[in-house]
Amino acid sequence: MSRALGRAGLLLGLPVILLVTWWFASAGSKSFYQPPLETIIKVFPATWTAARFRSDVLPSLGRLFLGYGLAVLLGIVLGVLIGAHRRLRALVEPLLEFLRAIPPPVLVPILILVAGLGDPTKVLVIVSGGIWPVLLNTVEGVRGVDQVLADTCRTYRICGWLRMRTFILRAASPQIVVGARQALSISIIMMVIGELLGATNGLGYTVVQFQRGFEIPEMWSGVFVLGLLGVLLSLAFTLVERRVLSWYHGVRAAERSGR
Amino acid sequence: MLEIRSLRKVYGGHGRQVEALGDVTLTVPEGQFVCVVGPSGCGKTTLLRCLGGLLAPTSGEVEVAGQPVTGPPDGLAIVFQEYGRSLFPWLRVAENIELPLKSKGVGRAERRRIVDESLTAVGLGDAAKAYPWQLSGGMQQRVAIARAIAFQPKVLLMDEPFAAVDAQTRADLEDLARTVWQRFGMTVLFVTHDIDEAVYLGQRVVMLSASPTRVLEDLDIDLPDKRDQLATRSGTRFAELRSHVYSRIQEAKIARPGS
Ligand SMILES: Nc1ncnc2c1ncn2[C@@H]1O[C@H](COP(=O)(O)OP(=O)(O)OP(=O)(O)O)[C@@H](O)[C@H]1O
Ligand SMILES: [Mg+2]
Repeated sequence: MSRALGRAGLLLGLPVILLVTWWFASAGSKSFYQPPLETIIKVFPATWTAARFRSDVLPSLGRLFLGYGLAVLLGIVLGVLIGAHRRLRALVEPLLEFLRAIPPPVLVPILILVAGLGDPTKVLVIVSGGIWPVLLNTVEGVRGVDQVLADTCRTYRICGWLRMRTFILRAASPQIVVGARQALSISIIMMVIGELLGATNGLGYTVVQFQRGFEIPEMWSGVFVLGLLGVLLSLAFTLVERRVLSWYHGVRAAERSGR
Repeated sequence: MLEIRSLRKVYGGHGRQVEALGDVTLTVPEGQFVCVVGPSGCGKTTLLRCLGGLLAPTSGEVEVAGQPVTGPPDGLAIVFQEYGRSLFPWLRVAENIELPLKSKGVGRAERRRIVDESLTAVGLGDAAKAYPWQLSGGMQQRVAIARAIAFQPKVLLMDEPFAAVDAQTRADLEDLARTVWQRFGMTVLFVTHDIDEAVYLGQRVVMLSASPTRVLEDLDIDLPDKRDQLATRSGTRFAELRSHVYSRIQEAKIARPGS
Protein backbone atom coordinates (compact mmCIF):
# COMPACT_ATOMS: atom_id res chain seq x y z
CA MET A 1 0.00 0.00 0.00
CA SER A 2 2.67 2.49 1.01
CA ARG A 3 4.72 1.33 -1.96
CA ALA A 4 1.81 2.02 -4.29
CA LEU A 5 1.46 5.45 -2.74
CA GLY A 6 5.14 6.07 -3.22
CA ARG A 7 4.92 5.14 -6.86
CA ALA A 8 1.88 7.32 -7.39
CA GLY A 9 3.83 10.13 -5.73
CA LEU A 10 6.75 9.65 -8.11
CA LEU A 11 4.39 9.53 -11.06
CA LEU A 12 2.53 12.69 -10.11
CA GLY A 13 5.38 14.60 -8.45
CA LEU A 14 6.89 16.33 -11.46
CA PRO A 15 3.55 17.27 -13.12
CA VAL A 16 2.34 18.74 -9.83
CA ILE A 17 5.52 20.78 -9.39
CA LEU A 18 5.28 22.04 -12.97
CA LEU A 19 1.64 23.01 -12.58
CA VAL A 20 2.27 24.84 -9.34
CA THR A 21 5.21 26.66 -10.90
CA TRP A 22 3.09 27.57 -13.89
CA TRP A 23 0.28 28.74 -11.64
CA PHE A 24 2.47 31.20 -9.74
CA ALA A 25 4.60 32.27 -12.68
CA SER A 26 1.56 33.08 -14.77
CA ALA A 27 -0.55 34.55 -11.96
CA GLY A 28 -1.51 38.11 -12.77
CA SER A 29 -0.13 37.81 -16.30
CA LYS A 30 -1.48 40.55 -18.51
CA SER A 31 -0.12 38.98 -21.71
CA PHE A 32 -2.91 38.13 -24.09
CA TYR A 33 -1.22 35.00 -25.40
CA GLN A 34 -0.09 33.65 -22.03
CA PRO A 35 -3.12 33.91 -19.77
CA PRO A 36 -2.82 32.91 -16.12
CA LEU A 37 -3.29 29.18 -15.48
CA GLU A 38 -6.20 30.17 -13.26
CA THR A 39 -8.05 31.61 -16.27
CA ILE A 40 -7.37 28.49 -18.33
CA ILE A 41 -8.76 26.26 -15.63
CA LYS A 42 -11.77 28.52 -15.18
CA VAL A 43 -12.80 28.27 -18.82
CA PHE A 44 -12.33 24.51 -18.79
CA PRO A 45 -15.80 23.37 -17.62
CA ALA A 46 -17.59 25.73 -19.99
CA THR A 47 -15.39 24.71 -22.90
CA TRP A 48 -15.27 20.94 -22.52
CA THR A 49 -18.94 20.21 -22.15
CA ALA A 50 -20.71 16.97 -22.89
CA ALA A 51 -21.83 18.41 -26.20
CA ARG A 52 -18.26 19.20 -27.14
CA PHE A 53 -17.22 15.69 -26.17
CA ARG A 54 -19.78 14.32 -28.55
CA SER A 55 -19.02 16.72 -31.36
CA ASP A 56 -15.22 16.84 -31.17
CA VAL A 57 -13.58 14.45 -28.72
CA LEU A 58 -15.47 11.33 -29.76
CA PRO A 59 -14.87 11.76 -33.50
CA SER A 60 -11.18 12.29 -32.78
CA LEU A 61 -11.04 9.22 -30.58
CA GLY A 62 -12.91 7.20 -33.17
CA ARG A 63 -10.47 8.11 -35.89
CA LEU A 64 -7.54 7.56 -33.55
CA PHE A 65 -8.62 4.07 -32.50
CA LEU A 66 -9.50 3.06 -36.03
CA GLY A 67 -6.29 4.45 -37.47
CA TYR A 68 -4.11 3.10 -34.69
CA GLY A 69 -5.83 -0.28 -34.76
CA LEU A 70 -5.35 -0.55 -38.49
CA ALA A 71 -1.73 0.54 -38.23
CA VAL A 72 -1.01 -2.13 -35.61
CA LEU A 73 -2.94 -4.84 -37.43
CA LEU A 74 -1.45 -4.10 -40.84
CA GLY A 75 1.99 -3.65 -39.32
CA ILE A 76 1.82 -7.06 -37.67
CA VAL A 77 0.39 -8.87 -40.69
CA LEU A 78 2.90 -7.38 -43.12
CA GLY A 79 5.70 -7.67 -40.59
CA VAL A 80 5.06 -11.38 -40.06
CA LEU A 81 4.93 -11.96 -43.82
CA ILE A 82 8.15 -10.06 -44.46
CA GLY A 83 9.91 -11.41 -41.39
CA ALA A 84 9.14 -15.02 -42.23
CA HIS A 85 10.29 -14.96 -45.86
CA ARG A 86 13.91 -14.21 -46.38
CA ARG A 87 13.58 -13.51 -50.11
CA LEU A 88 10.71 -11.11 -49.64
CA ARG A 89 12.63 -9.38 -46.89
CA ALA A 90 15.70 -8.84 -49.06
CA LEU A 91 13.41 -7.45 -51.74
CA VAL A 92 11.43 -4.95 -49.69
CA GLU A 93 13.86 -3.97 -46.96
CA PRO A 94 15.48 -1.04 -48.86
CA LEU A 95 12.03 0.23 -49.77
CA LEU A 96 10.89 0.05 -46.16
CA GLU A 97 13.94 1.93 -44.98
CA PHE A 98 13.19 4.62 -47.54
CA LEU A 99 9.52 4.94 -46.61
CA ARG A 100 10.36 4.99 -42.95
CA ALA A 101 12.85 7.80 -43.41
CA ILE A 102 10.13 10.09 -44.81
CA PRO A 103 8.64 12.12 -41.96
CA PRO A 104 4.98 11.03 -41.90
CA PRO A 105 3.52 14.59 -41.86
CA VAL A 106 5.03 15.14 -45.31
CA LEU A 107 2.71 12.48 -46.62
CA VAL A 108 -0.38 14.32 -45.44
CA PRO A 109 -0.70 16.74 -48.39
CA ILE A 110 -0.18 13.84 -50.79
CA LEU A 111 -2.84 11.76 -49.05
CA ILE A 112 -5.25 14.68 -49.18
CA LEU A 113 -4.55 15.10 -52.89
CA VAL A 114 -5.18 11.43 -53.55
CA ALA A 115 -8.00 10.65 -51.14
CA GLY A 116 -9.70 13.98 -50.53
CA LEU A 117 -10.50 15.67 -47.26
CA GLY A 118 -12.94 13.20 -45.68
CA ASP A 119 -12.74 11.01 -42.65
CA PRO A 120 -11.06 8.12 -44.48
CA THR A 121 -8.13 10.39 -45.27
CA LYS A 122 -7.72 11.31 -41.61
CA VAL A 123 -7.67 7.65 -40.66
CA LEU A 124 -5.22 7.01 -43.49
CA VAL A 125 -3.00 9.78 -42.19
CA ILE A 126 -2.83 8.02 -38.83
CA VAL A 127 -2.13 4.66 -40.45
CA SER A 128 0.58 6.14 -42.65
CA GLY A 129 2.44 7.35 -39.59
CA GLY A 130 1.75 4.56 -37.13
CA ILE A 131 2.40 1.54 -39.29
CA TRP A 132 6.19 1.86 -39.61
CA PRO A 133 7.36 1.21 -36.07
CA VAL A 134 4.99 -1.76 -35.79
CA LEU A 135 6.00 -3.18 -39.15
CA LEU A 136 9.74 -2.83 -38.70
CA ASN A 137 9.73 -4.11 -35.13
CA THR A 138 7.56 -7.08 -36.08
CA VAL A 139 9.97 -7.97 -38.88
CA GLU A 140 12.85 -7.93 -36.41
CA GLY A 141 10.88 -9.92 -33.87
CA VAL A 142 9.83 -12.60 -36.32
CA ARG A 143 13.30 -12.82 -37.78
CA GLY A 144 14.79 -13.30 -34.34
CA VAL A 145 12.60 -16.21 -33.17
CA ASP A 146 14.55 -18.90 -31.39
CA GLN A 147 15.83 -21.65 -33.66
CA VAL A 148 15.42 -24.33 -31.00
CA LEU A 149 11.77 -23.39 -30.52
CA ALA A 150 11.30 -23.43 -34.28
CA ASP A 151 12.75 -26.96 -34.37
CA THR A 152 10.52 -27.93 -31.47
CA CYS A 153 7.49 -26.81 -33.46
CA ARG A 154 8.56 -28.79 -36.49
CA THR A 155 9.27 -31.92 -34.48
CA TYR A 156 5.95 -31.82 -32.69
CA ARG A 157 4.07 -30.80 -35.83
CA ILE A 158 2.87 -27.54 -34.46
CA CYS A 159 1.97 -25.70 -37.62
CA GLY A 160 -0.49 -23.39 -39.28
CA TRP A 161 -2.50 -21.01 -37.15
CA LEU A 162 -1.61 -22.81 -33.91
CA ARG A 163 2.07 -22.18 -34.65
CA MET A 164 1.38 -18.58 -35.60
CA ARG A 165 -0.47 -17.76 -32.44
CA THR A 166 1.41 -19.85 -29.89
CA PHE A 167 4.88 -19.42 -31.33
CA ILE A 168 5.58 -16.69 -33.88
CA LEU A 169 3.36 -13.94 -32.52
CA ARG A 170 4.24 -14.66 -28.91
CA ALA A 171 7.95 -14.88 -29.61
CA ALA A 172 7.84 -11.58 -31.47
CA SER A 173 5.52 -9.94 -28.97
CA PRO A 174 8.18 -8.04 -26.96
CA GLN A 175 9.28 -6.30 -30.14
CA ILE A 176 5.75 -5.86 -31.43
CA VAL A 177 4.84 -4.12 -28.18
CA VAL A 178 7.80 -1.75 -28.51
CA GLY A 179 6.60 -0.87 -32.00
CA ALA A 180 3.01 -0.49 -30.89
CA ARG A 181 3.99 1.92 -28.15
CA GLN A 182 5.91 4.13 -30.55
CA ALA A 183 3.00 3.91 -32.94
CA LEU A 184 0.61 5.12 -30.28
CA SER A 185 2.33 8.45 -29.73
CA ILE A 186 2.88 8.89 -33.47
CA SER A 187 -0.80 8.16 -34.05
CA ILE A 188 -1.89 10.88 -31.64
CA ILE A 189 0.37 13.35 -33.41
CA MET A 190 -0.93 12.28 -36.80
CA MET A 191 -4.50 12.54 -35.57
CA VAL A 192 -3.96 16.18 -34.66
CA ILE A 193 -2.10 16.95 -37.88
CA GLY A 194 -4.89 15.39 -39.91
CA GLU A 195 -7.39 17.60 -38.14
CA LEU A 196 -5.39 20.79 -38.57
CA LEU A 197 -5.87 20.54 -42.31
CA GLY A 198 -9.40 20.87 -43.56
CA ALA A 199 -11.38 19.17 -40.84
CA THR A 200 -14.85 20.11 -39.60
CA ASN A 201 -14.57 18.63 -36.13
CA GLY A 202 -12.09 16.97 -33.78
CA LEU A 203 -9.61 17.96 -31.11
CA GLY A 204 -7.00 19.40 -33.43
CA TYR A 205 -9.68 21.30 -35.32
CA THR A 206 -11.10 22.74 -32.07
CA VAL A 207 -7.72 23.97 -30.90
CA VAL A 208 -7.11 25.72 -34.22
CA GLN A 209 -10.60 27.25 -34.17
CA PHE A 210 -9.97 28.72 -30.72
CA GLN A 211 -6.66 30.10 -31.88
CA ARG A 212 -8.24 31.70 -34.96
CA GLY A 213 -11.00 33.14 -32.82
CA PHE A 214 -8.45 34.55 -30.36
CA GLU A 215 -10.00 32.52 -27.55
CA ILE A 216 -6.59 31.93 -26.04
CA PRO A 217 -7.49 30.38 -22.65
CA GLU A 218 -9.81 27.97 -24.46
CA MET A 219 -7.02 27.09 -26.86
CA TRP A 220 -4.73 26.30 -23.95
CA SER A 221 -7.41 24.14 -22.38
CA GLY A 222 -7.55 22.16 -25.63
CA VAL A 223 -3.83 21.58 -25.46
CA PHE A 224 -4.41 20.27 -21.94
CA VAL A 225 -7.04 17.84 -23.13
CA LEU A 226 -4.68 16.52 -25.78
CA GLY A 227 -1.93 16.04 -23.24
CA LEU A 228 -4.29 14.30 -20.88
CA LEU A 229 -5.45 12.00 -23.66
CA GLY A 230 -1.86 11.04 -24.37
CA VAL A 231 -1.19 10.25 -20.72
CA LEU A 232 -4.36 8.18 -20.30
CA LEU A 233 -3.71 6.16 -23.45
CA SER A 234 -0.14 5.55 -22.42
CA LEU A 235 -1.33 4.29 -19.02
CA ALA A 236 -3.86 2.01 -20.67
CA PHE A 237 -1.11 0.74 -22.93
CA THR A 238 1.08 -0.05 -19.96
CA LEU A 239 -1.72 -2.07 -18.38
CA VAL A 240 -2.17 -4.12 -21.55
CA GLU A 241 1.57 -4.57 -21.88
CA ARG A 242 1.85 -5.92 -18.34
CA ARG A 243 -0.64 -8.61 -19.21
CA VAL A 244 0.74 -9.50 -22.61
CA LEU A 245 4.39 -9.49 -21.61
CA SER A 246 4.24 -10.76 -18.03
CA TRP A 247 6.13 -13.89 -19.13
CA TYR A 248 8.82 -11.74 -20.71
CA HIS A 249 9.41 -9.71 -17.57
CA GLY A 250 9.50 -13.00 -15.64
CA VAL A 251 12.17 -14.43 -17.93
CA ARG A 252 14.21 -11.26 -17.65
CA ALA A 253 13.97 -11.25 -13.87
CA ALA A 254 14.96 -14.93 -13.72
CA GLU A 255 17.97 -14.23 -15.94
CA ARG A 256 19.04 -11.30 -13.80
CA SER A 257 18.86 -13.37 -10.65
CA GLY A 258 21.34 -15.65 -12.39
CA ARG A 259 19.72 -18.93 -13.27
CA MET B 1 13.58 -48.90 -36.61
CA LEU B 2 16.36 -46.41 -37.36
CA GLU B 3 18.50 -46.89 -40.45
CA ILE B 4 21.41 -44.62 -41.23
CA ARG B 5 23.47 -45.47 -44.28
CA SER B 6 26.63 -43.61 -45.32
CA LEU B 7 25.33 -40.39 -43.89
CA ARG B 8 27.44 -37.39 -44.75
CA LYS B 9 26.79 -33.79 -43.90
CA VAL B 10 28.86 -30.83 -44.96
CA TYR B 11 27.92 -27.39 -43.74
CA GLY B 12 28.72 -24.70 -46.27
CA GLY B 13 28.49 -20.99 -46.43
CA HIS B 14 30.35 -18.03 -44.97
CA GLY B 15 33.43 -19.14 -46.89
CA ARG B 16 33.94 -22.12 -44.58
CA GLN B 17 33.19 -25.74 -45.27
CA VAL B 18 32.70 -27.98 -42.26
CA GLU B 19 32.40 -31.69 -42.73
CA ALA B 20 30.34 -32.46 -39.66
CA LEU B 21 29.58 -36.07 -40.56
CA GLY B 22 31.96 -38.06 -42.76
CA ASP B 23 30.41 -41.46 -43.33
CA VAL B 24 28.10 -42.74 -40.62
CA THR B 25 26.28 -46.05 -40.85
CA LEU B 26 24.12 -47.23 -37.99
CA THR B 27 21.07 -49.39 -37.41
CA VAL B 28 18.91 -49.35 -34.31
CA PRO B 29 16.31 -52.11 -33.90
CA GLU B 30 12.93 -51.33 -32.41
CA GLY B 31 12.83 -50.84 -28.66
CA GLN B 32 16.56 -50.56 -28.12
CA PHE B 33 18.29 -47.96 -25.94
CA VAL B 34 21.38 -46.83 -27.80
CA CYS B 35 23.89 -44.29 -26.61
CA VAL B 36 26.05 -42.32 -29.00
CA VAL B 37 29.29 -40.91 -27.59
CA GLY B 38 31.72 -38.67 -29.32
CA PRO B 39 33.92 -35.71 -28.61
CA SER B 40 32.45 -32.23 -28.57
CA GLY B 41 31.84 -30.88 -32.04
CA CYS B 42 31.96 -34.27 -33.77
CA GLY B 43 28.48 -33.89 -35.21
CA LYS B 44 26.22 -35.58 -32.69
CA THR B 45 23.60 -32.88 -32.87
CA THR B 46 23.91 -32.88 -36.64
CA LEU B 47 23.23 -36.63 -36.64
CA LEU B 48 20.10 -36.19 -34.53
CA ARG B 49 18.84 -33.33 -36.64
CA CYS B 50 19.22 -35.45 -39.77
CA LEU B 51 17.30 -38.28 -38.08
CA GLY B 52 14.64 -35.87 -36.91
CA GLY B 53 14.13 -34.52 -40.40
CA LEU B 54 15.22 -31.05 -39.36
CA LEU B 55 18.27 -31.06 -41.58
CA ALA B 56 18.82 -32.47 -45.06
CA PRO B 57 21.90 -34.70 -45.37
CA THR B 58 24.52 -33.91 -47.98
CA SER B 59 24.47 -37.56 -49.02
CA GLY B 60 23.46 -40.93 -47.65
CA GLU B 61 20.14 -42.25 -46.47
CA VAL B 62 18.16 -41.98 -43.28
CA GLU B 63 15.10 -44.09 -42.56
CA VAL B 64 12.79 -44.12 -39.57
CA ALA B 65 10.39 -47.06 -39.29
CA GLY B 66 11.11 -48.03 -42.88
CA GLN B 67 10.26 -44.60 -44.26
CA PRO B 68 12.92 -42.36 -45.81
CA VAL B 69 13.18 -39.19 -43.79
CA THR B 70 12.30 -36.07 -45.74
CA GLY B 71 10.69 -34.03 -42.96
CA PRO B 72 10.04 -34.70 -39.28
CA PRO B 73 8.92 -38.37 -39.19
CA ASP B 74 5.70 -39.45 -37.52
CA GLY B 75 5.98 -40.58 -33.93
CA LEU B 76 9.42 -39.15 -33.31
CA ALA B 77 10.17 -36.81 -30.43
CA ILE B 78 13.36 -34.95 -29.61
CA VAL B 79 14.64 -33.69 -26.28
CA PHE B 80 16.96 -30.89 -27.25
CA GLN B 81 20.36 -30.07 -25.82
CA GLU B 82 19.31 -26.51 -24.99
CA TYR B 83 16.42 -27.30 -22.66
CA GLY B 84 16.14 -23.69 -21.58
CA ARG B 85 15.32 -22.71 -25.14
CA SER B 86 13.07 -25.61 -26.11
CA LEU B 87 10.21 -24.77 -23.75
CA PHE B 88 7.85 -21.93 -24.61
CA PRO B 89 8.45 -19.31 -21.90
CA TRP B 90 4.98 -17.78 -22.37
CA LEU B 91 3.22 -21.08 -21.72
CA ARG B 92 2.79 -22.78 -18.38
CA VAL B 93 4.33 -26.20 -17.88
CA ALA B 94 1.04 -28.02 -18.54
CA GLU B 95 0.39 -25.93 -21.67
CA ASN B 96 3.87 -26.70 -22.96
CA ILE B 97 3.21 -30.40 -22.66
CA GLU B 98 -0.27 -30.04 -24.07
CA LEU B 99 0.67 -28.14 -27.19
CA PRO B 100 1.87 -31.08 -29.32
CA LEU B 101 -1.28 -32.96 -28.31
CA LYS B 102 -3.41 -30.04 -29.44
CA SER B 103 -1.84 -30.13 -32.87
CA LYS B 104 -2.43 -33.89 -32.92
CA GLY B 105 -6.12 -33.21 -32.35
CA VAL B 106 -6.41 -34.95 -28.98
CA GLY B 107 -9.56 -33.94 -27.06
CA ARG B 108 -9.41 -31.67 -24.04
CA ALA B 109 -10.18 -34.22 -21.32
CA GLU B 110 -7.78 -36.74 -22.80
CA ARG B 111 -5.11 -34.06 -23.06
CA ARG B 112 -5.48 -33.20 -19.41
CA ARG B 113 -5.18 -36.85 -18.43
CA ILE B 114 -2.03 -37.39 -20.51
CA VAL B 115 -0.43 -34.20 -19.18
CA ASP B 116 -1.05 -35.26 -15.59
CA GLU B 117 0.24 -38.73 -16.24
CA SER B 118 3.44 -37.59 -17.91
CA LEU B 119 4.13 -34.94 -15.29
CA THR B 120 3.76 -37.58 -12.60
CA ALA B 121 6.05 -39.89 -14.56
CA VAL B 122 8.86 -37.32 -14.35
CA GLY B 123 8.09 -36.46 -10.73
CA LEU B 124 6.73 -32.98 -11.36
CA GLY B 125 3.11 -33.53 -10.46
CA ASP B 126 2.79 -30.17 -8.74
CA ALA B 127 4.52 -27.93 -11.26
CA ALA B 128 1.76 -27.92 -13.89
CA LYS B 129 0.88 -24.27 -13.35
CA ALA B 130 4.42 -22.90 -13.17
CA TYR B 131 6.19 -21.15 -16.00
CA PRO B 132 9.40 -22.82 -17.25
CA TRP B 133 11.56 -19.91 -16.11
CA GLN B 134 10.32 -20.39 -12.57
CA LEU B 135 11.93 -23.85 -12.52
CA SER B 136 15.50 -25.01 -12.08
CA GLY B 137 17.46 -26.37 -15.03
CA GLY B 138 16.88 -29.98 -14.01
CA MET B 139 13.16 -29.40 -13.63
CA GLN B 140 12.99 -27.73 -17.04
CA GLN B 141 14.63 -30.76 -18.59
CA ARG B 142 12.07 -32.97 -16.85
CA VAL B 143 9.33 -30.90 -18.43
CA ALA B 144 10.95 -31.36 -21.83
CA ILE B 145 11.02 -35.11 -21.17
CA ALA B 146 7.40 -35.07 -20.00
CA ARG B 147 6.42 -33.32 -23.21
CA ALA B 148 8.22 -35.96 -25.23
CA ILE B 149 6.53 -38.80 -23.31
CA ALA B 150 3.10 -37.18 -23.65
CA PHE B 151 3.58 -37.16 -27.40
CA GLN B 152 3.73 -40.96 -27.15
CA PRO B 153 6.54 -41.36 -29.66
CA LYS B 154 7.85 -44.59 -31.12
CA VAL B 155 11.30 -43.06 -31.28
CA LEU B 156 12.85 -40.71 -28.75
CA LEU B 157 15.99 -38.79 -29.60
CA MET B 158 17.83 -37.12 -26.75
CA ASP B 159 20.66 -34.68 -27.34
CA GLU B 160 23.00 -34.39 -24.36
CA PRO B 161 19.93 -33.74 -22.27
CA PHE B 162 21.70 -33.71 -18.94
CA ALA B 163 24.94 -31.95 -19.85
CA ALA B 164 24.07 -28.74 -18.03
CA VAL B 165 22.64 -29.96 -14.73
CA ASP B 166 24.40 -30.72 -11.46
CA ALA B 167 25.68 -34.21 -10.68
CA GLN B 168 22.92 -35.28 -8.30
CA THR B 169 20.12 -34.11 -10.59
CA ARG B 170 21.91 -35.75 -13.44
CA ALA B 171 21.94 -39.13 -11.72
CA ASP B 172 18.20 -38.80 -11.04
CA LEU B 173 17.47 -37.83 -14.62
CA GLU B 174 19.54 -40.74 -15.95
CA ASP B 175 17.44 -43.16 -13.95
CA LEU B 176 14.35 -41.34 -15.14
CA ALA B 177 15.42 -41.84 -18.75
CA ARG B 178 15.82 -45.60 -18.15
CA THR B 179 12.48 -45.83 -16.35
CA VAL B 180 10.64 -43.99 -19.08
CA TRP B 181 12.19 -46.19 -21.72
CA GLN B 182 11.31 -49.39 -19.86
CA ARG B 183 7.79 -48.24 -19.13
CA PHE B 184 6.86 -46.88 -22.55
CA GLY B 185 9.04 -49.20 -24.65
CA MET B 186 10.13 -46.71 -27.26
CA THR B 187 13.34 -46.79 -29.26
CA VAL B 188 15.81 -44.39 -27.69
CA LEU B 189 18.84 -42.77 -29.24
CA PHE B 190 20.70 -40.94 -26.51
CA VAL B 191 23.57 -38.65 -27.42
CA THR B 192 26.18 -37.68 -24.86
CA HIS B 193 29.84 -36.83 -24.60
CA ASP B 194 30.02 -38.44 -21.18
CA ILE B 195 31.44 -41.96 -21.39
CA ASP B 196 30.19 -43.03 -17.95
CA GLU B 197 26.71 -41.90 -18.77
CA ALA B 198 26.71 -43.74 -22.09
CA VAL B 199 27.83 -47.03 -20.54
CA TYR B 200 25.45 -46.69 -17.62
CA LEU B 201 22.40 -45.96 -19.76
CA GLY B 202 22.76 -47.87 -22.98
CA GLN B 203 22.18 -51.41 -24.16
CA ARG B 204 24.63 -50.42 -26.81
CA VAL B 205 27.21 -47.69 -27.11
CA VAL B 206 28.15 -46.28 -30.50
CA MET B 207 31.41 -44.40 -30.50
CA LEU B 208 31.97 -41.64 -33.01
CA SER B 209 35.33 -40.33 -34.12
CA ALA B 210 36.19 -36.67 -34.31
CA SER B 211 35.30 -35.11 -37.64
CA PRO B 212 35.19 -36.18 -40.40
CA THR B 213 33.00 -38.40 -38.31
CA ARG B 214 32.67 -42.15 -38.71
CA VAL B 215 31.49 -44.88 -36.36
CA LEU B 216 34.57 -45.99 -34.42
CA GLU B 217 33.02 -48.95 -32.72
CA ASP B 218 29.63 -50.33 -31.91
CA LEU B 219 29.73 -51.98 -28.51
CA ASP B 220 27.10 -54.11 -26.79
CA ILE B 221 26.75 -53.31 -23.11
CA ASP B 222 26.28 -56.62 -21.36
CA LEU B 223 25.27 -55.18 -18.02
CA PRO B 224 22.08 -56.46 -16.39
CA ASP B 225 18.90 -54.64 -17.33
CA LYS B 226 18.28 -53.45 -13.81
CA ARG B 227 20.76 -50.64 -13.28
CA ASP B 228 21.61 -48.82 -10.12
CA GLN B 229 23.74 -45.72 -9.74
CA LEU B 230 25.83 -47.24 -6.95
CA ALA B 231 25.91 -50.97 -7.65
CA THR B 232 26.21 -50.76 -11.43
CA ARG B 233 28.81 -48.04 -11.47
CA SER B 234 31.04 -49.76 -8.92
CA GLY B 235 30.93 -53.14 -10.69
CA THR B 236 34.01 -54.51 -12.44
CA ARG B 237 32.24 -55.07 -15.74
CA PHE B 238 31.18 -51.43 -15.78
CA ALA B 239 34.78 -50.37 -15.20
CA GLU B 240 36.01 -52.62 -18.01
CA LEU B 241 33.47 -51.33 -20.50
CA ARG B 242 34.08 -47.80 -19.45
CA SER B 243 37.84 -47.95 -19.87
CA HIS B 244 37.45 -49.74 -23.19
CA VAL B 245 35.28 -46.93 -24.54
CA TYR B 246 37.61 -44.36 -23.05
CA SER B 247 40.73 -45.82 -24.65
CA ARG B 248 39.06 -46.17 -28.03
CA ILE B 249 38.14 -42.53 -28.02
CA GLN B 250 41.62 -41.52 -26.86
CA GLU B 251 43.19 -43.62 -29.64
CA ALA B 252 41.01 -41.90 -32.18
CA LYS B 253 42.15 -38.54 -30.93
CA ILE B 254 45.83 -39.48 -31.12
CA ALA B 255 45.43 -41.08 -34.53
CA ARG B 256 44.33 -37.75 -35.88
CA PRO B 257 47.36 -35.51 -36.20
CA GLY B 258 46.77 -31.90 -35.38
CA SER B 259 43.78 -32.37 -33.12
N1 LIG C 1 24.47 -24.55 -38.85
C1 LIG C 1 25.78 -24.79 -38.94
N2 LIG C 1 26.53 -24.17 -39.88
C2 LIG C 1 27.84 -24.42 -39.98
N3 LIG C 1 28.51 -25.28 -39.22
C3 LIG C 1 27.84 -25.95 -38.28
C4 LIG C 1 26.43 -25.74 -38.08
N4 LIG C 1 26.01 -26.53 -37.07
C5 LIG C 1 27.10 -27.21 -36.66
N5 LIG C 1 28.19 -26.86 -37.38
C6 LIG C 1 29.53 -27.41 -37.23
O1 LIG C 1 29.44 -28.81 -37.39
C7 LIG C 1 30.25 -29.49 -36.45
C8 LIG C 1 29.39 -30.44 -35.65
O2 LIG C 1 28.44 -29.72 -34.88
P1 LIG C 1 27.43 -30.43 -33.90
O3 LIG C 1 26.65 -29.35 -33.24
O4 LIG C 1 26.67 -31.45 -34.65
O5 LIG C 1 28.41 -31.13 -32.87
P2 LIG C 1 28.07 -31.85 -31.50
O6 LIG C 1 28.76 -33.15 -31.53
O7 LIG C 1 26.63 -31.84 -31.23
O8 LIG C 1 28.81 -30.88 -30.47
P3 LIG C 1 28.48 -30.65 -28.92
O9 LIG C 1 28.97 -31.86 -28.18
O10 LIG C 1 29.28 -29.44 -28.57
O11 LIG C 1 27.02 -30.44 -28.82
C9 LIG C 1 30.92 -28.42 -35.61
O12 LIG C 1 32.22 -28.22 -36.11
C10 LIG C 1 30.09 -27.19 -35.86
O13 LIG C 1 30.88 -26.05 -35.80
MG1 LIG D 1 25.41 -30.99 -29.79
